[in-house]
Amino acid sequence: MSEEIAIKVRGLVTAYGDHKVHDGLDLDVRKGEVLGVIGPSGTGKSVLLRAIVGLKPPAAGTVEVYGKTVSDLSGDELREVQNLWGIMFQDGALFSNLTVRENVMVPMREHTDIHIPLMKQLADQKLRMSGLDDSAGPKFPSDLSGGMRKRAALARALALDPPILFLDEPTAGLDPITAGGFDKLVRELQSALSLTVFLVTHDLDTLAATCDRIAVLGRKKVIAVGTMDELRKEDDPWIQDYFCGPRGRAAQAGAD
Amino acid sequence: MPDHPDFKFEADGARGRLTLKGDWTIHTIRDVSEALHKLTPGTLDTVEADCSALGRLDTAGAYILDRFACRAGAGEIVAVSASDQVESLLDQAAELRPESHDYETAKTEYGFVDLLERTGRTVMHFLEETTATLAFLGETVASMARMSVQPAKMRWTALVSVMEDSGLDAVPIVAFLSFFVGMVIAFIGATTLSEFGATIFTVELVGIAVLREFAVILTAIILAGRTNSAFTAQIGAMRMRQEVDAMVTLGLNPMDVLVVPRAFAMLVMTPVLTMVAILFGIGGGAFVSWLALDINPTVFVNRLQNYVPIENFWVGMSKAPVFGLVVALIGCRQGLLVGGSVQSLGRSTTKSVVQALFSIIVIDALFAIFYMELGI
Repeated sequence: MSEEIAIKVRGLVTAYGDHKVHDGLDLDVRKGEVLGVIGPSGTGKSVLLRAIVGLKPPAAGTVEVYGKTVSDLSGDELREVQNLWGIMFQDGALFSNLTVRENVMVPMREHTDIHIPLMKQLADQKLRMSGLDDSAGPKFPSDLSGGMRKRAALARALALDPPILFLDEPTAGLDPITAGGFDKLVRELQSALSLTVFLVTHDLDTLAATCDRIAVLGRKKVIAVGTMDELRKEDDPWIQDYFCGPRGRAAQAGAD
Repeated sequence: MPDHPDFKFEADGARGRLTLKGDWTIHTIRDVSEALHKLTPGTLDTVEADCSALGRLDTAGAYILDRFACRAGAGEIVAVSASDQVESLLDQAAELRPESHDYETAKTEYGFVDLLERTGRTVMHFLEETTATLAFLGETVASMARMSVQPAKMRWTALVSVMEDSGLDAVPIVAFLSFFVGMVIAFIGATTLSEFGATIFTVELVGIAVLREFAVILTAIILAGRTNSAFTAQIGAMRMRQEVDAMVTLGLNPMDVLVVPRAFAMLVMTPVLTMVAILFGIGGGAFVSWLALDINPTVFVNRLQNYVPIENFWVGMSKAPVFGLVVALIGCRQGLLVGGSVQSLGRSTTKSVVQALFSIIVIDALFAIFYMELGI
């Protein structure tokens, strides 16, 4: 892990109509770390992710990814920055009219000039990397279980080997064992590909198992950033409840 | 700007040595992957990769290097003067080797054999669909019979609501279209029959055509396009959101709750709509006869009563409930077949309209033969 900053958010304001979701939010994501983002429901965790990747234009403030301000870019420059990240959406957002393998091939078709046979092999490699076996490739997303769909979505996010990976609730709706497998997978891929991971989650076990640092959203800002142990010492009541409640202690025990 | 990747390969007995240069990433490997694929390494024990001039490497680059080693029959690539990350990428690629590389020999058979196979499949599919639809018909009729002896179990609200939606609300369009079709028949009759000086027979033409065929067919086709697709979409959306499954777990039978009210509603409303179509169709014919042929409405109606046998009306009306049932059955069946995806909803809706139109025309032809044999 280095002290270089991959994503730098400064003074971010996002709003839907009059309702401000974030007001002057600052956040740094260092290169090569896994940053978990938590917070009570409705504090704009997913909106923050959307603001960083440019799906929700901020009302004010800047988002810099590798030194480039995302909101100022357009056209080819924006494309170039977009190649820096892969996103795994909450329910996978796989294209349901394409097979799993074709889903992984979509970004390759769009942005590279490699030949189709090699593309297929690379797609299969990515699927194996995400823990699916070769038989999943020709299937359609609707034929897969929830956990497999998430893995397929992860494979698609990794299709172009981006240095940054955004995960939106990667373990929501999975059983604890599948979720545990997914956490391990994220950690392994992170170290093998030296990824920077931005992870939005509610799952304490995921936080304990995968994250280097955790950012807590609340009151339209980031109220605390640090490791789990550091956050435990914060005296914000929500953080106290969150980490020192029965579930928090269980997750900590599980991680140790 | 990434450096163009390049490599040099030297074989020394059973040892191969690759000297790598430039960036080997998914955006740049197109040419080297081709070149590497064309290279025939023979059988090697080890493949070394000199990474001192290597720029960036990603999983795609690691994959094609590993595939090369795999083809040469060597184990994993031994990386020389490589960074930790390059080594871990190569290790990972070696770990995740596919079981076989048979993409190139994948089945691509086109032509006559495929045509036959497809024809066979389609025929079998058609037969299976027909059997399944008949089975569904049986099931529905059984449920309807059960419901008729226990009227307390009937969903009256649903029944009335469907009757309004697909019966009453369809009256304007049915009436409008029938009127115009009646007009067209009268026009064609008038121009053709006037050549023989027999324009008065336009009355029989309009009467028989509308009573026997056009009114009921027109109503059935409008219902197939309007109501049938609505049934599929409604029930299909419920399937997609697992409402039908919830219904089953709560002890409700989807047949009773969803299908039977619709079937009864159509059974009642199709004859009513057909009646509307008959009235407006004849009205259209009478209108044109009056304007273009100077046959005034009193003469028209009198001639209709005297020269058009009432059997024609009963033949037309007898078909109406059958068509209504067909529309309801096919619409509901396709709705219940919808799976989890949006595509399957679209597919089912298309299928249900096509099947309904097809069945209506075929059944009408069967009726024609039947009544011809009976001599009506």
